[in-house]
Amino acid sequence: MTATDTMAGAPAPATATAPLLEVRDLHVEFHTRDGVARAVNGVNYSVNAGETLAVLGESGSGKSVTAQAIMGILDMPPGRIPQGEILFQGQDMLKMSAEARRKIRGRKIAMIFQDALSSLNPVLSVGYQLGEMFRVHQGLSRKAAKARSIELMDRVRIPGARARVNDYPHQFSGGMRQRIMIAMALALEPDLIIADEPTTALDVTVQAQVMDLLAELQRESTMGLILITHDLGVVADVADKIAVMYAGRIVENAPVHEIYRQPAHPYTKGLLQSIPRVDRKGQELYAIKGLPPNLLHVPAGCAFNPRCPMAQDVCRTDVPPLHTVGAGRGSACHFWKETLGD
Amino acid sequence: MPETTETTPAATTPATTAADTAATATAAGPVTPAGTATPEREKARSLWSDAWHDLSRKPMFYVSGLLILFLVVIAIWPGAIASGNPLACDLSKSQMGPTSGHPFGFDTQGCDVYTRTVYGARASVSVGIFSTVGVAVLGSLLGGLAGFFGGWWDAVLSRISDIFFGIPILLGGVVFLSVVKGGTVTTVSAFMILLGWPQIARIARGAVITAKQQDYVQAAKALGASNTRMLLRHIAPNALAPIIVVATIALGTYISLEATLSFLGVGLKPPAVSWGIDISQASDQIRNAPHMLLWPAGALSITVLAFIMLGDAVRDALDPKLR
Amino acid sequence: MGRYVIRRLLQMVPVFIGTTFLIFVMVYALGDPVAAMFGDRAPDPATAAQIRHAMYLDHSLPAQYVHYMKQIFTGNFGTAATGQPVTELMGSAFPVTIRLTLVAFAIEAVAGIGLGLLAGMRRGRFADTGVLAFTLLVVAVPTFVTGYVLQYFLGVKWHVANPAVAEGAPIGDLILPGLVLAAVSLAYVARLTRTSVAENARADYVRTAVAKGLPKRRVVTVHLLRNSLIPVVTFLGTDIGGLMAGAVVTERIFNIHGVGYQLYQGILRQNPPTVVGFVTILVIIFLAANLLVDLLYAVLDPRIRYA
Repeated sequence: MTATDTMAGAPAPATATAPLLEVRDLHVEFHTRDGVARAVNGVNYSVNAGETLAVLGESGSGKSVTAQAIMGILDMPPGRIPQGEILFQGQDMLKMSAEARRKIRGRKIAMIFQDALSSLNPVLSVGYQLGEMFRVHQGLSRKAAKARSIELMDRVRIPGARARVNDYPHQFSGGMRQRIMIAMALALEPDLIIADEPTTALDVTVQAQVMDLLAELQRESTMGLILITHDLGVVADVADKIAVMYAGRIVENAPVHEIYRQPAHPYTKGLLQSIPRVDRKGQELYAIKGLPPNLLHVPAGCAFNPRCPMAQDVCRTDVPPLHTVGAGRGSACHFWKETLGD
Repeated sequence: MPETTETTPAATTPATTAADTAATATAAGPVTPAGTATPEREKARSLWSDAWHDLSRKPMFYVSGLLILFLVVIAIWPGAIASGNPLACDLSKSQMGPTSGHPFGFDTQGCDVYTRTVYGARASVSVGIFSTVGVAVLGSLLGGLAGFFGGWWDAVLSRISDIFFGIPILLGGVVFLSVVKGGTVTTVSAFMILLGWPQIARIARGAVITAKQQDYVQAAKALGASNTRMLLRHIAPNALAPIIVVATIALGTYISLEATLSFLGVGLKPPAVSWGIDISQASDQIRNAPHMLLWPAGALSITVLAFIMLGDAVRDALDPKLR
Repeated sequence: MGRYVIRRLLQMVPVFIGTTFLIFVMVYALGDPVAAMFGDRAPDPATAAQIRHAMYLDHSLPAQYVHYMKQIFTGNFGTAATGQPVTELMGSAFPVTIRLTLVAFAIEAVAGIGLGLLAGMRRGRFADTGVLAFTLLVVAVPTFVTGYVLQYFLGVKWHVANPAVAEGAPIGDLILPGLVLAAVSLAYVARLTRTSVAENARADYVRTAVAKGLPKRRVVTVHLLRNSLIPVVTFLGTDIGGLMAGAVVTERIFNIHGVGYQLYQGILRQNPPTVVGFVTILVIIFLAANLLVDLLYAVLDPRIRYA
């Protein structure tokens, strides 16, 4: 009761200077039959209102698990959060009651998932699924909720919204389905949207349309956006800052343009070099050697050391701290200076 | 003669598999670091060895396995634990309670309930096993061929199995067996195979169709693998798991069904010794001599339970979806 | 949707013909109804031939079948061993069995889905293990054993329920037989629901529903349960036929004069019109239930409706 009251009663002004969302030293582990998988090992990041943070990493780097922890949709068990804080508008959500967290979900923080086909309920019409947001959170009638759903579908530019509101997810194309997911996230005008690989399942041309839509919708409001992706190409135009994750840790964070100009971590550098570029046509494409680490057996020292071209003895023994590289920049590499200087 | 041609590819399969894996491993060796080859090999042997690994840790598997082993042994050799004759009865002892040497008492005819309960295992276990083996062989053969070849063969077979599905098995049993009037293990098993095969056929058909669409099977086909080789090497192993699961569980229900049919007087008939018959005869006397019902009913329930538990354990092990 | 119904109806026609023909062959071809009439005495050949002719038995089997079906569609099911028309027996037997089946069906659906949901939501915990153990036990103990044991304890010893069903089969008397009849199916429904719920609970759209901030109750009832029940509904529908067939056993235990009883009498007295007539009606009910399931399936799952 008190938790919900303070949630509602602590509006932005008091915390105007504080970030909208701040993740502090977050740890997440999964207990499996074969041992404990440490999916997230001390992640820190923050997003301000109106800002876009891109979280970059391969599958298994912990980027999606972090997002699920923020949303409060981790499966627990087997998941567990042994340590850390997730501050949303100044309040630690990990300490809130389940009911208080539920009221934040959808209303203040919304999420867009990767595969819209499986993420939408196959047996309910899209209008019902959109309208559910208004009916549950705002107590609107079925009819009013439907009208709002049509507005929403218009807003994400689904042609013929009025005619299609009673259609089912499988009747839409992949791009249209993802627009419905976006509409659902936007429904209650949340303060923060987390988009988990929103374009991965789509065709390249549709990818661009969906990204443009997201960027545009965000520009119109003061909402913060966390964009989770493994695709460096997608983020350049949209993101303000980037956090690169590897084996459950942030290995580099920086404003978006600096990272493209001059990466401070060998992993980021490898990722950038592996993007195909027109001006290097004909040359062999760079690939980071080896495979992402098994989370049950993360290498000692820097987790990236078996794949790193610059690895020295120290990398196999000591976990590198996040060194400050510049204003708003950090790199978790023992040899960040050398990496920058290359 | 056809049998030899059938068995040849099957017999060579394991050898080829081993050779293939070895070849892949050595070929992969110099190109990629050893670390990357291991997970692939793990995947290749995963389903069956994982299933075994899973089973070997389940107490339910051991309990039901031991029970079934025990049942099979006394079905083959009931004299081992019961020295009497199940048909040697003494009317003067009708419905008497337990006495020394007769721990379960006597039934209405004055037969020793213990001896009859032990001898009753044979009928139940043999009907269960014959029916299941018959259903599994016939069902997977017909279903597998329908799934593999498709076309009119599939259409005809599916309609026929629809027809057999249209008759509830208990109802069919009552009609069929009352007309045949045989009342032996053979006729009862034959009936169950007759009405039971579509269940396995549907599963086999579905599994084969699924397996056929897998990319690696398509690849094998593109590389010119023969039909026999594709069926034996690629499709059969994948279709086998669901068939084994359903067949094990069905075994328990066939035993239960035999007892029900015998109870209704259309299954096995005296002088055959069957739990169903004994329960049927005891059921009128439940108020006077409940022990007559208790022992055969208990034995029957435990037998069915053992097979269903085994089926459950096997399903859990073979169905990765539920892990 | 209309075309879907017509297609399903057309598909039912060959199944109906095949199934009834199979039953017909079993009864008329495998047994000799005329010999049965005379019991152990050998009939006088001339009389036998006369009866055969009167019963249309001197024609080929397919011709007999067509003749029989024609008569059925004009409402003539023949005469039972007692000399009554079979339709008269049906008129008294079916209402009783249908009532028994409905009671069993209600118990099966409500208790089965309830237990399955409970177990599926608490996978691996005590409630789940308890439900699993209970269902195993229920499936393992054959219906006729459960029937006698419950009748003995609840009816005879503790006087909780009536051990036999009164004339006219009032609903109150049918609860215990209904429970016995439903027991095994109930266990299957519980297990099926459990598996389906556990599987769907991990589905992406359930995660979406949680992420939307919906209350848990709504996530479960609107999103999880509705999807999970699709396979359960299929089972429930096809099981109606199984329940009516199972009534052969239950009606014998509780001495109910329904379909099972009449069918059993028909078999004992080797009266083909009774057996084939009752079985034909049961098959029709079974097929109709299957059709209903298919339609319900289409209502529940729009992916089929628009396919």
